[in-house]
This record gives sequence, structure tokens and C-alpha cells, in this order.
Amino acid sequence: MQIDLRTVSIQPLRQTFDHLARRFGDKPASRYQEGGYDIQAAENLHYKPTWDPDQELYDAKITKIVMQDWYALKDPRQFYYSTYTLARARQQDATESNFAFVESRGLADMLPPAVRETALKLLVPLRHAAWGANQNNTLICGYGYSTIFTQPCMYHAMDNLGIAQYLSRLGLLLGDTEALDEGKAAWLEDSAWQPLRRYVEDTLVLRDPFEAFVAQNVALDGLLYPLVYARIVDDTLSAQGGSAVAMLTQFMTDWFDETKKWVDAVLKVAAAESDNNRAVLQDWIRAWSTRAASALLPVVEIALGAQADDAVGEQLADFRARIQKTGITL
Amino acid sequence: MDMKVAKKKLGLKEKYRLMTRDLGWEPTYRAKDEVFPYVNYEGIKVHDWDKWEDPFRLTMDSYWKYQAEKERKFYAIIDAHAQNNGHLNITDARYLSALKIFLQAISPGEYAAHKGFARVGREFPGVGTQVACQMQAIDEIRHAQTQIHALSNYNKYYDGFHAFADARDRIWYTSVARSFFDDAMSAGPFEFMIAIGFSFEYVLTNLLFVPFMSGAAYNGDMATVTFGFSAQSDEARHMTLGLECIKFMLEQDPDNLPIVQGWLDKWFWRGFRVLGLVSTMMDYMLPKRVMSWREAWEIYGVENGGALFKDLARYGVRPPKGWDDAEKAIDHMSHQFMLGLYQWSFGTSFHSWIPSDEDMDWLSAKYPTTFDKYYRPRWDHIRKLAVAGTPFKNFGLAKLCQTCQLPVVFTEPDDATMSCHRETEYKGEKYHFCSDGCQHIFDNEPEKYVQAWLPMPSLFQELNGDIGAWMNWVGLRDGEDNGDYSGSRDQRNFDQWRGMATSNT
Amino acid sequence: MSTVFIALQANEETRPIIEAIEIDNPLAVVNRQPAMVKIDAPNRLVIRKETIEEQIGREFDLQELHINLITLGGNVTEDDDSLTLSWAE
Ligand SMILES: [Fe+2]
Ligand SMILES: [Fe+2]
Ligand SMILES: [Zn+2]
Repeated sequence: MQIDLRTVSIQPLRQTFDHLARRFGDKPASRYQEGGYDIQAAENLHYKPTWDPDQELYDAKITKIVMQDWYALKDPRQFYYSTYTLARARQQDATESNFAFVESRGLADMLPPAVRETALKLLVPLRHAAWGANQNNTLICGYGYSTIFTQPCMYHAMDNLGIAQYLSRLGLLLGDTEALDEGKAAWLEDSAWQPLRRYVEDTLVLRDPFEAFVAQNVALDGLLYPLVYARIVDDTLSAQGGSAVAMLTQFMTDWFDETKKWVDAVLKVAAAESDNNRAVLQDWIRAWSTRAASALLPVVEIALGAQADDAVGEQLADFRARIQKTGITL
Repeated sequence: MDMKVAKKKLGLKEKYRLMTRDLGWEPTYRAKDEVFPYVNYEGIKVHDWDKWEDPFRLTMDSYWKYQAEKERKFYAIIDAHAQNNGHLNITDARYLSALKIFLQAISPGEYAAHKGFARVGREFPGVGTQVACQMQAIDEIRHAQTQIHALSNYNKYYDGFHAFADARDRIWYTSVARSFFDDAMSAGPFEFMIAIGFSFEYVLTNLLFVPFMSGAAYNGDMATVTFGFSAQSDEARHMTLGLECIKFMLEQDPDNLPIVQGWLDKWFWRGFRVLGLVSTMMDYMLPKRVMSWREAWEIYGVENGGALFKDLARYGVRPPKGWDDAEKAIDHMSHQFMLGLYQWSFGTSFHSWIPSDEDMDWLSAKYPTTFDKYYRPRWDHIRKLAVAGTPFKNFGLAKLCQTCQLPVVFTEPDDATMSCHRETEYKGEKYHFCSDGCQHIFDNEPEKYVQAWLPMPSLFQELNGDIGAWMNWVGLRDGEDNGDYSGSRDQRNFDQWRGMATSNT
Repeated sequence: MSTVFIALQANEETRPIIEAIEIDNPLAVVNRQPAMVKIDAPNRLVIRKETIEEQIGREFDLQELHINLITLGGNVTEDDDSLTLSWAE
């Protein structure tokens, strides 16, 4: 028998789960709320980690940042797995057609040789830096506290892997496998890349998840993305006839604009929590962004030569203004 | 202009190599040990991470594309399910007990797997291994979320779902699954992979998910069928990762074999005990049954597990130590466990019930050597008490196994009339176990298992045995969430709502 | 002899894939269950891109299998044109 269940009007017994009702009242919860708040185990953890018996299995004390409620670090994009994946699938569709467009019209071959050379020299080694960012965000997700703070870091880690892969494809398209080999050799040996590689390796030994967040997502990426993708690729290289390159890195430009809103929101809430947090963040951001700026200088020189100094200086000023808005003065 | 140089045609494998493991490098500014501090202490020797064979080679662009397709399908179905009162399509509201247990005990395990894979996705020094683990990390949060989202609508209309987050950390039976995942996460990265990647995903996940989802399909629960099959489509990747991982460890160095074998023995038994919950669900909680626990075990345990261990024999691996004891327990465990649940149903956030005559006939057909002999008489007795108005309740303290945390309700492997109980004395304290398997696990790592949080003793220490206070603390509403299904609010509501759908009043 | 298997969701997308598997694996046994189709084969089962493409009349990327895959048993070997499940004999 087929029965029409839609016609049955029945009253729900409750609107949401208890833990969400305690936070937001007994009203229907959003899927972001259901998928994030209080879903990490919090009490009665059974065993101490054998890899570090001084820690708890989920431990808010492994960072210098102190939050009364780690679930306060809300992601303004309200990403949970589904919304995240759908957003990226749309972007990957667009990126795919950009690659197809460049490929099918032979635009790569029409690039002025100097532009192509600069693009390969500058962008291909960055796939290794993106891998470093993947590592750091995976660590923050793994060891950070509260799903609301950590789930976007997993998405961010996978994004960084995706970016490393787009950069690899760019290398293959503009230069074939040799370009990837040369890029890796430059990353490992060329003096221009050594300060940046040292920076990345120094972040890979951080075990305070929030400091890793600052060193990677705030400081390094906060300078690298606007310098490389906006200033160099979108402006300078495009002006030299390289807008095909900009098509291939559009994902990165859009991605940075989107993700920095999340990064800023996290900083803002953490800094507003206490003077202690603000001071810790200030120290970290100051130290890491100064280092990041000098590590990026020789990289920017690859494309901008003598103007690199000014470009990095201006970017650093913009960066400080951006951070200022989160309540942290540098 | 014909300057086009033909690009090399890259095969799937080579292309994937460039897109993943070629991204990594040997650090020179920092020592490798500083970057990967946890990879050596377990004693597993790896000489060449490049020998790692990538299981499914998905780059991020394909991952986003295919996963988005799955997500679109999934949410379309559960939206429709919520809008159309799809919950009234289930065979009977008894069925919901299985979902309640799932949300309280298994979904948190998905989340723990997410965290654990993020950790090992950072700790292994091989890029191929890291990427595979990271993909599993993001998949597992997907599973936790799709399960919560699918069951959210049931929570609005039925009891027992509302406090799953409190139950996860506090109620006694969830501690079985929680301690399992805590155990794996507190182990080193290689043991974690054997625990979750291999034993749980490869050996046991089919037993958990496939019958569960078929059960949902048979019982009209489209929301669960959908989250189940949608999650399973990722599991195929996870299983392959688990299998690759064990092969990799065994191929890297012969010294790894005894360590891996020890973990296999441990994690098979740990996992088998967690599945006790599933056996009960299959044999007792589905109004319309798919297959018995015994039949599922034949397919996914004996046939598939057997094939797997035969295949691994080339590395010197033997089947897990508890395999024979598991086989002997198959015809008993669901009955013993359901009898336990029924007598402690005052303390469960789901309903249990006395099987009907028809149920019992099915059980004796499926368990011809055990049911009529050992279990039907006990159910008959319990039913007599219920009919007389003096239902059988056990408010006594259930002795819990120090390792698996199940109440000690099982019998000796070779004698179903003798209850099985083991004890170890360690540093002047006595510890209790449900089986040889659990006792061995404790004896190998007593320092770890003495730390176990045991929910029942805690109740008596912290709350002085005040059952009402305990119920508040675990989020259990007496008279609504717990007790016998017959006479429950779930039963009343479901029958009434179904009546509204099928008549004009 | 050991059994390898693959289980797929039962829907319109998998119908031609299952047909292709039957064509390429004469020893395979197809079990149809509610919402799920499980295919068992002795020791080895091959899924070929080309055969699927012949069934559906369009290009097929083997990774599309992931969308409807429920579970499998056996060692997986994957290349551009096929996916094989096998147990060591
Ligand atoms: Fe899962
Ligand atoms: Fe999984
Ligand atoms: Zn036990």
C-alpha cells in the first residue's frame, strides 16, 4: 500500500540535540552547527598517548593560546564537509576549463619566452611550499582542539595539496616534466629559495598548533599569496602578455580571498579573548611575518628584480593594516 | 607557428607520483627526527618509503568532483526524507534502537578516526602514505557529519537520540567503542594503522556496515541506507589503504613481522568485541531481518577474512590469535548481549524488548544448536515475569571487562553453561576480563589499560550510586529514553502517526 | 581458491558496469540484494574501462566507480584501462 506521508501533520518532540539546545536554544540547528559543535570527545578519555604521555588525547593545553570555549572560533564560511566540497568542486570546474582553454588554444606556446621562463622559475618551486602548508594544516587539524577550529584546517590542508597539484600541472603544461625537476632542484639548491625553504622547515617542527596556524596561514601565506598571485602573476606578468598564466592560477587568487576571511575571524576571536592571547599572537605574528618577508624577498626578485624590495615593503604594510583590523597591533 | 613540442604522455601511476610524492623533500635545515618525531618508537623499520604502493590514485581535483557528486545525492535524499515524514516509512519504531546505538557509539568513532588519520597523515615520513591518510581523515569527518545530519530528523520525533554527545562521553555502553578508538589513537602511528586502517576497516567494517545498511533497506529507512552506502563508497578506498599499509610494513623488514602479528592479534579481538553490539542489532533489533549475525560472519568473516589471511600467509602472517574463540562465540554472542541489554534497560538510551514467538522461531532456525538449548528458556522465564507484572530488572553493578569494557556476560568458548571470567592482579589491584583475548591484551600493556575509565565504578564513586543523578549526568530521561519498547512513548507515537497516515481521522 | 568480490549500489548508473563485469568475468556470480549488487569471483576479477564504455556509449573514467562503490575484497591493482581484484593463488 502506498501511503501519502506528507499529509500527516505531526508535532516534533524537540527541535534539536541537547548539546545544541544548550548553546543555541531549542530551535532547529543548521547543518554547520550539527556537524561541528561538541562532536569531539571531551571527557573521560581512556588512555594517555604513548607518543607523548604528558599530553591528553585531546588537549587544549598544548598551545599557548587559552580559550574558555574553543568552539568560539567560528568559521564565517560555515564550512562543513558538504559545503566545502561543493564549493571546491565548482572552483575545480572553473579551473579545469581554464586549463582546457589555455591548452586548446595553444596559449602556453604563445607566451613571451621571458614570461614563461619567469612563471616556471617562480611558480613551480612553490608547489613544495604548498606541500609544507599541507603538513602544517594537517597538524593543526590533528592536534588542535575543537572541531569548529580544526575542521577548516583539514579542508585547508587538502586545498594546499590541490594547489600543489595545480602548480604541478602548470609546470607540466608550460614546461613538461623537466620543469618539475628543475623546480625541485631550485627549491633544494638555489640560493633564492633557501630562506623560504628554511622558513618552511622551521615551521614543520612546531608542535603548538596555534603557532603553526600563525606561522603558516597568517604570516607566510598572508604575504606570499598577494605578492605572488596578485602582484606578480595578475599584474606584472599579465601586463607582459602573460594573462594565460593568470588563468592557470585563478584558483589561488580566489582561494586566498576566501580563506583569509576565515583566518582573520579566528585571529579576531582569539585575540579578543584575553590580553594574554593578544600578546602571544602579537609576538608570533611579528616574528614570523618579519621572517616571511625576508624569506620571500629573493623569490619576488625572480620576477620583479630591483623592484622587489619596494613590493615586499608595501605588502608588509598592507599585511600590518589587515592584522590591525583583527585587534592585534604589530 | 608550429613550435609545439609534444608533451610526454604520462601514465596514471607516473602522473600521480609527480602530483604527490614528488612534492616532498628531505629536510636539511632541520633534522628529520624533529619533523617526524613519532615514527621510530614503536620499533617498525622502514628502509624506503618510496616502495609504498599508492592505493587508489585520486588527485584533489577528482576527489572534489566525485565527492561533490556523492554529497549532492545524499543531501537531496535526506532533505526529501525530512520533508515527507520519511521516518513513518520504517517497519516499526523498534528498529530505531539500532540507529540510537549507532549515533551514540559509532558516529563518534568516525570522528575519532578523522582525528587519528589527520595525526598519522602528518606523522609518516612518506608523502604517498601521508596523502592517503589525509584523504581518509577528511572522509571520516564526512561520515560523522552525514550520520548526524541523517539522524537529526529522527531526533525531532523520537527519544534516545537527543543526548548522543553526552552519552558518548558518559554512558556505560558507549565506552566500549570509545575505549576502542581511544586505544588506537593513543598508540603510535603504525599501530594506529593496523588498528583502524587494517583491522577495523578491512577485516571488520564490512560486518558493521553492509548488514547494517541492508537492514536499513529492508526496514524502509532510506535516510540510513543513503548515509551508509555513501560512506561505504569511501570505505573501499580506506580498506585498500589498510591492506597496502600492512603489506608495506611486512615487506620493509622481516623484524616487523612479530610486532605486526602482535597488533593483529590485539586489534582483531578488540574489534570483534565492539561488533558484539552489531550482532545484537542484526539478530534482535530489525523488525524485518536480512540475515543472521552467523550468516554475515560466514560471508565477511570466514570467507573474506579467510581469503585475506591466506593471502597474507606469504609474509609469514597467521590468522589472529582470537580467531577460533571468535568462531565459537558467534552462535552465542547476540543472545547473551541482548539478554544483558534487556536486564539493564533502565540504563540504556534506547529500548529493548522480549522477542516475540515469531522472533524466537526465527532465532532457533538460524541458531539450531544454541538458541533453543540455552536462550529460549531464559527469554521464556523473563516473559513469564513480565506477564506476571514483575519484570526482570537488574539494577546491580555490571562488572565490566577492563579491556573491552563490555559487561562480563559471555560464556566459556567450549562450555556455554559456564560464564567466562578472568582476573589479573597488577600492582596489588585486581582487574577483571571477559575473555582470554582481553586478558592477554591487558597483560601485554598493563600500564595502558590500568588507565581505562570504567563508567560503572565511576557512577558509584562520584554519584554514590544515585541512579537519578547518574541519569541526569548521562542525559538519559527516565521513562522516555530507556526501558522496554512495549509501552514506550516511541511506540505510542509511531503507532498513532502511522494511523493518521493510513486513515482519515 | 579464494573469493574476491565487489559490491555496488543498485541503480541506473551501475547497471551497465555490472553488465561489463559479467562480460569480462565469465566466472563471476552476481548477487542482487535490496539496494546492493555483490559480485563474487574465484581469485580474480577485472573491470575494464573499454567494456564499460561499450555498454554506455560514452567515455568512462574508471575513477567514476568510486561514486557507487560499496565495498570490495582482494588486492587492488589499478592502471589507466582496468582495475583488478585478486588474491594470491
Ligand atoms: Fe568512516
Ligand atoms: Fe573509513
Ligand atoms: Zn573484554
